Amino acid sequence: MSIPIGPTPASEALAPPHADAEALGIAETPARQLWRTFRKDRLAMLGLYVLLALVVVALLGNLLTGWWVVFDPATVRLPDKLLPPLSAPSSMLAKELVPPLHSYPFGTDELGRNVFARMLQGSFVSLSVGVVAVSISLGIGVTVGGLAGFYGQRKFGPISVDSLLMRFTDVVLCFPTFFLILTVVALLPPSIYNIMIVIGITSWMSTARFVRAEFLALREQDFVTAAKALGLPEWRIIFRHMIPNAMAPVLVSATINVAHAILTESALSFLGFGVRPPYATWGNILADGRSYIFDAPWLFLIPGAAILVVVLAFNLVGEGLRDAMNPKLRKRAG
Amino acid sequence: MTRETAELLSIRDLHVEFSTDAGPVPAVRGIDLSIAAGETVALVGESGCGKSVTAMSVMRLTEGRVAGGSIHFQGRDLVSLPDADMRSIRGGQIGMIFQEPMTSLNPVFTIGRQIEEVLVLHQRLSARAARAQALELLQRVGIPAPERRILSYPHELSGGMKQRVMLAMAIACRPRLLIADEPTTALDVTIQAQIMELLRSLKQEFGMAVLLITHDLGVVAHFAERVLVMYAGKIVEQGTVRDVFKRASHPYTQALLAALPDPLKPARRLEAIPGRVPSPLMLPAGCAFCARCAHAFEPCPGQQPPLFEVGEGHGAACFLRAK
Repeated sequence: MSIPIGPTPASEALAPPHADAEALGIAETPARQLWRTFRKDRLAMLGLYVLLALVVVALLGNLLTGWWVVFDPATVRLPDKLLPPLSAPSSMLAKELVPPLHSYPFGTDELGRNVFARMLQGSFVSLSVGVVAVSISLGIGVTVGGLAGFYGQRKFGPISVDSLLMRFTDVVLCFPTFFLILTVVALLPPSIYNIMIVIGITSWMSTARFVRAEFLALREQDFVTAAKALGLPEWRIIFRHMIPNAMAPVLVSATINVAHAILTESALSFLGFGVRPPYATWGNILADGRSYIFDAPWLFLIPGAAILVVVLAFNLVGEGLRDAMNPKLRKRAG
Repeated sequence: MTRETAELLSIRDLHVEFSTDAGPVPAVRGIDLSIAAGETVALVGESGCGKSVTAMSVMRLTEGRVAGGSIHFQGRDLVSLPDADMRSIRGGQIGMIFQEPMTSLNPVFTIGRQIEEVLVLHQRLSARAARAQALELLQRVGIPAPERRILSYPHELSGGMKQRVMLAMAIACRPRLLIADEPTTALDVTIQAQIMELLRSLKQEFGMAVLLITHDLGVVAHFAERVLVMYAGKIVEQGTVRDVFKRASHPYTQALLAALPDPLKPARRLEAIPGRVPSPLMLPAGCAFCARCAHAFEPCPGQQPPLFEVGEGHGAACFLRAK
């Protein structure tokens, strides 16, 4: 149905270039260039490995805890309560409740639930809260910032679109976010999805500001003028030409926002406003462990350390990305 | 004359102004310009004289406001055209290349994708056909090994190469008119010559008219057929290149030509025009050049000189040429 127009020996010339361009090192995509610089940052790479491991653990954990009855994080084994990490289950336990490998790697809590299984379930919750909440905030932030940056000068009555949107952003920024979330979550039925959404719609402001600043700079760029001079429609200029160029700082702030969202979720669960038990999250494991802080310190140490490590890893990756995207540093490295 | 019948672009009494805190600032103050099909017209003047604003107004890309006058392209008034129609003219029937090839390409896409985008948009080509056309265009603008270069990112190309790519994009849809806004200013001299040569051959091949915006009189002399000299938002002299260079009739044009170094004469101090360009906020009522003009006399400060005919198709806006 597509007939090549123009007298060209098209297909032969078209097939190979990918392969030999790579061999000649010609087409180094910006993404690959970024990766080359990023790889040199050891701390950031460490963070990246931790995150990759977390993703694997969270996905595996979700499968394990969901399908394997003995591994169910909600299974109560009262005879085995408050066992320290790596201890074996007691002999009083019914056979079908004996944990895999005959061991509790992270011990048990006050109801004899397997902390390892609970941590696995929690890692999936934390990660998905982080990712979904940040996706929502990116969506809102990029839209608001992009509109303010691109259509800013348009007037809407006496007020320009830019001041309308950015003052609104400032207003939202003035709310004490955490208390706003607490209030909203207290009013809504407790569900993990509500928490994701609420965190998402209270954390888009910095993204909006970033994107607006980038768009203001990009608007004046010659290639945007050139794109207009080529007759490209506005939506195409915005989505195809400007947003990809504005993504660098957005990506950095998104990484750090994920860490922030995970912390917020943990804090909410810790305060009892988050995900309701028996569903485990790192925050409510920590909250439950609080009462046994001297008798069973692993109950708060393990989720606490997990939160610390993951948040740190996201921040390290974010910092690494920021450095890799800084053209000055990149020049030195390349 | 045939020029009138085959008129491609015609600008009549164009006024463009920018609104600032200090009030509206006129950048273009009533210029007339017409380009016939296939003709090359140069618009010369120093920085800030309004030549780029004029070009951008044709494309309707200026931040300023067209305060008066008309721009007709193939009989259609571009000032009042709906946005959608204007978009199909941009890139479709009027191509444009810019001063800074370094920054005029999107850094995150391969040049191939950027050329193909234009073809797909304006000519509704399939992706495959667009790729084939893009290759052909790159070949035509003299990019070596186009099948490899088509996958390059802009930062992997030199300035001259990028300007060639810009040209390829501008001519992709075979426009009737190409606006070249200082196409060689950012390039070094040998590359300049190559690009101008390429422009000339493309123009002949496609039968395009070219509006060349420049401050380089050497480029004008070699490339253009007609030239319009702009000063402070007005045309001060216009005519064929031969007439304007041989019989410059406006003191400003004369001073500009005198300021060119002549390699055949022994080294001397370069001529400069005394004074500076008046601020567009405080233009005199009369000739804008009169404060710097060696020949100014009574009518100059108070009265706007019209374009006096000094030869066939050769005019100068100076009272010295009256009657």
